Amino acid sequence: MSEKTVLIANGQGFWGDSLLGPKRLVSEGPLDYLTLDYLAEVTMSIMQKQRLRNPELGYATDFVSMLKEILPTCKEKGIKVIANAGGVNPRGCLKAIQEVVKELGLTGIKIGIVEGDDILDQIPELMKSGETFKNLDTGEGVEQVLSRMSSANVYIGAKPIADALALGADIVVTGRATDPSVVLAPLIYEFGWSMDDFDKLAAGTVMGHILECGAQCTGGNYCDWKSVPDFARIGYPVVEAKADGTFVVTKHEGTGGLVNIDTISSQLLYELGDPKGYLGPDCQTDFTTIQLEQDGENRVRVSGIKGSAPTPTYKVSMSYENGYKIVGTLTYTAPDAVAKAELAAQILFDRVALYGTPIPEEDRFVEVFGTNVCYKGIVKQSEEPAEVLLRVGAKSQNKELLNLLGREVAPLITSGPVGVTGFAAGRPRPTEIVGYWPALIDKTKVTTTVTVEEV
Amino acid sequence: MAKVQLMDIAIARSGDKGDGSNVGIKARTPAIYQFLKKTLTTEMVKEHFKEICFGKVTRYELDNLNALNFILEDSLGGGGTETLIMDAQGKVHGLALLFMEMDVPDELLA
Repeated sequence: MSEKTVLIANGQGFWGDSLLGPKRLVSEGPLDYLTLDYLAEVTMSIMQKQRLRNPELGYATDFVSMLKEILPTCKEKGIKVIANAGGVNPRGCLKAIQEVVKELGLTGIKIGIVEGDDILDQIPELMKSGETFKNLDTGEGVEQVLSRMSSANVYIGAKPIADALALGADIVVTGRATDPSVVLAPLIYEFGWSMDDFDKLAAGTVMGHILECGAQCTGGNYCDWKSVPDFARIGYPVVEAKADGTFVVTKHEGTGGLVNIDTISSQLLYELGDPKGYLGPDCQTDFTTIQLEQDGENRVRVSGIKGSAPTPTYKVSMSYENGYKIVGTLTYTAPDAVAKAELAAQILFDRVALYGTPIPEEDRFVEVFGTNVCYKGIVKQSEEPAEVLLRVGAKSQNKELLNLLGREVAPLITSGPVGVTGFAAGRPRPTEIVGYWPALIDKTKVTTTVTVEEV
Repeated sequence: MAKVQLMDIAIARSGDKGDGSNVGIKARTPAIYQFLKKTLTTEMVKEHFKEICFGKVTRYELDNLNALNFILEDSLGGGGTETLIMDAQGKVHGLALLFMEMDVPDELLA
């Protein structure tokens, strides 16, 4: 048996994660694959809007500027990059990357894209063919949001990404691939795993789940935070993968952070539902079969993972426009900080009503921070906080009404109760509420395509 | 028996699941896990979060990790993208659970 080891890291846990992650990962230790996760449910809807304004946009532009910084090192060391940064326009992302490669004066770089996850334009046709897109959580019919739908993407699996690697791609960009898929794909390619070897696919899925939030498995967001050394230089996770599906989670030598059974277990529990039936596009994974074992300092060995056949459907992530929201903040100080904050909120809603249109009670929002908002009913409230943060706002279909509310926050400073400060952030503005609509689609109705181009 | 907070005997992590959250709790020893598996019920968790969680609480067991996973439905004021509350994704629900007090046999704390 070959003792081949493949090194896979994740340098971006979400869109907006530290740029230090990928930059340090490619320079501070050995690596074969750098994976990056950019997409969340809301992201696709933002990207659809960007593409409507400019047909060349609609992907994670941050990814392209970051790539510009790390690409020379990746080329030199032979590190391949896989990212779901394509958003709703992987082809636009491809063009932008090609330009970056040319600007850097590099040649012989193959860029692959995976398309086919974006089904927004095909929804009417798909519904005619029998797809219902019922809400997976509530069972409601999709008809009520159809006219307001702003994005619809299928969570695709690892196979097309692995195909792009097989075609020689050095960089692979996808649309809405699942987070674990970008990690599972290089294993399928490197070890030649079959798409019906479900234990192996499950192992790669667990690897992806551990890596998908970046440093959240290496000491970030960990209960025993006092035991975590050097947070500033926290090491992003690196996995040493073997062909048999076992792997070691670690981080580069000399980096900060911590890898132990507790940090890995914590991440395994993150956003977990039924542990026995973790659904993915390529397999179902049984999280109760995962065995963890400390394998030296900052090394955890993972083994024993069992999987089974996937369902005949893909998950679809849809988003729709659902009105607007606004939140403004003001700080109130003692004495009577809480009573004054609550009064200020009431004054604000009364003043908005004086313009002519009151905001209905059920659309109003008041949170007095400092009164155990996060631990409501759990931790004893201090009798009289010296200061509280008033968060006051509303939801509405009427954007202008919310603009009025935003306008009336600052005047509370000079025409409301005493002991108020902290308006430095300026006037709050309404933002769109993006409704999330999870659904399913028959796998046979989805076609993915792979394109690889060389610069 | 000694009265302890769960944070003395366990760690936790939470995140959003639609309009609810999941709270994973991992016991610090296998013996404490066996104790929690027997005693930490969905009713207790529901009561603990009575002003935060307005839906059903479901419990799953992960013997391999010495961990329990609780799903708290309707606990985010409308869901990750729609809610106005500060903790829109239930990020601190894990720590919130660790504030629960329990009577624990002395030998488990040795």
